[in-house]
Amino acid sequence: MTAPPSGSGDFSKRDERWQIRVRGLQKTFGPQHVLRGVDLDIERGRTNIVIGGSGQGKSVLMKHLMGLLKPDAGQIWVDGEDIVPLGTQQMGRLRRKFGMVFQYAALFDSMNVVENIAFPLIERYHLSRGEIMERVRDLLKRLDLAGVTGIEEKFPPQLSGGQRKRVGLARALIDRPEILLYDEPTTGLDPVAAKNVDEMISRTADDFGVTSVVISHDMASTFRIGDRISMLAGGKIIVSGTSEEVLASRLPELREFVETSGVAAAAAGAHP
Amino acid sequence: MSTASVEGPSEPQLGVGAALIEAALSPVRGIFSYIGEHALLLWLALAALFRKPFRLRLFLEQMEFVGVGSLTIIVLVGFFSGAVSAQQAIAALRIFNQERFVGATVGLSLAQELAPVFTALMIAARAGSGMATELGSMRITEQIDALTTFAVDPVQYLITPRIVATVLMMPIMTMVFNIVGLFGAYLYAIFLEHIDLGQFIEQFTYWTDPKDYIIGAVKSAVFGVTLSVAACYQGFNVRGGAKEVGLATTQAVVAGSVSVLVSDYFLIDIFHILWPYKS
Ligand SMILES: Nc1ncnc2c1ncn2[C@@H]1O[C@H](COP(=O)(O)OP(=O)(O)O)[C@@H](O)[C@H]1O
Ligand SMILES: [Mg+2]
Repeated sequence: MTAPPSGSGDFSKRDERWQIRVRGLQKTFGPQHVLRGVDLDIERGRTNIVIGGSGQGKSVLMKHLMGLLKPDAGQIWVDGEDIVPLGTQQMGRLRRKFGMVFQYAALFDSMNVVENIAFPLIERYHLSRGEIMERVRDLLKRLDLAGVTGIEEKFPPQLSGGQRKRVGLARALIDRPEILLYDEPTTGLDPVAAKNVDEMISRTADDFGVTSVVISHDMASTFRIGDRISMLAGGKIIVSGTSEEVLASRLPELREFVETSGVAAAAAGAHP
Repeated sequence: MSTASVEGPSEPQLGVGAALIEAALSPVRGIFSYIGEHALLLWLALAALFRKPFRLRLFLEQMEFVGVGSLTIIVLVGFFSGAVSAQQAIAALRIFNQERFVGATVGLSLAQELAPVFTALMIAARAGSGMATELGSMRITEQIDALTTFAVDPVQYLITPRIVATVLMMPIMTMVFNIVGLFGAYLYAIFLEHIDLGQFIEQFTYWTDPKDYIIGAVKSAVFGVTLSVAACYQGFNVRGGAKEVGLATTQAVVAGSVSVLVSDYFLIDIFHILWPYKS
């Protein structure tokens, strides 16, 4: 079905299919009512995409999933755990399940590539330098960064947009999260780099078996990599389903979004 | 839906008098909430100092940034402030034929007033603006959110080291200012005005004591608190983009400088009650 999820069953148990469930999520910033009752289900082990125009609150929604923002109303369950009331300590534990790839990578400017990638390990565990370097180098290799000369000592401003995204992904992956959140991973990249990042997302999903949540307003990319697509508009999820289901939807907001991004062809290409 | 959205029509109608009182009170309320928010940030930063982990490297980095980064400008300003003070003091003292007091006059005004205040203004301009820019750009590029995702407290990681480093470096930099300032005064007095060196030193040592330097050091540490809290607050709370970071940087320097001069006024009162001038 393409209708967004609704109802308020018992979500306090781990569900085999749905890893994250969001119900009735509301968030206001001053006079601005950004989220007006979001219902969303995130499927385990799949690539879940949330599309929507800019300023619709996609990033705000994503930040709620790992507790970076507290909702005004509504609930979020991760593996059956209601995360909204969690305190700092428990939130820290919950956040280890997540890795987040920020829109512009959010690499620490004061640290080089290795220090950036190793940061979560250094902050969370007491590992030897050897162990840390082994894991960092393994990720650099998997993300096709090992070939870049002198990459380990480079600082963020010396990297290209695509490289920054990869380093950001490496940092998100190093503590082996179950859920990866990507905020507009292809925004600001040229088409080739964007395609590479798409491939990297798919490959990461396969290699690490993670649940991916991708925020996007890039329709071509959405239909290329998405298993499940939801659309955020007017502060709510207005449609949710597989790419075929979503494409078949007659909702005017969705039709307009798909048509203005001229992606019908790309979508057809993605599903021969 | 919640009930929060049904309040528009029932807005209470204020009379003219009430509206005037409201208009007069709102800046006052603004000032109190402004001070309150800064005090809260300072409190959170200090509380975080006593929680694990203690990241020594971050403190050393900030001390280097505040100290080494501002050294040149402090030496430069210190030297000329000392020389100018000597010039002014000699001009005034000459009326009474008492030029030999120049060492004491300059030494005292540097120790208690000029060195702490000028050093603080320099550090607000140099290090405070840098802190606001750095924190602001970390905020808008989501580096601060990223810290939180790794269960790192951004106040502990970013703010605490900056405040502590500024508070520790301020008295040291003030001492540098004192020394360089005296040297500037000495050069001016001895070589351009031909004051007797022995009298310069004698009057200086007779009229100043460690107390003056302790007062200067305490004042400078307090200035370190106010200027670094102002800078961190501006940077940490940036919303928006590059333009807002620029605004925050300007605000950090303005608020930092004002906070130094305002707290100076109160500190002078307090110290002069505790230790009246020698007579
Ligand atoms: N921390 C915040 N404080 C105030 N307003 C915010 C904050 N975060 C987001 N907003 C506002 O919420 C709206 C949605 O933002 P966002 O989620 O970033 O949109 P997008 O869908 O483009 O990711 C925007 O209008 C933004 O200005
Ligand atoms: Mg966004």
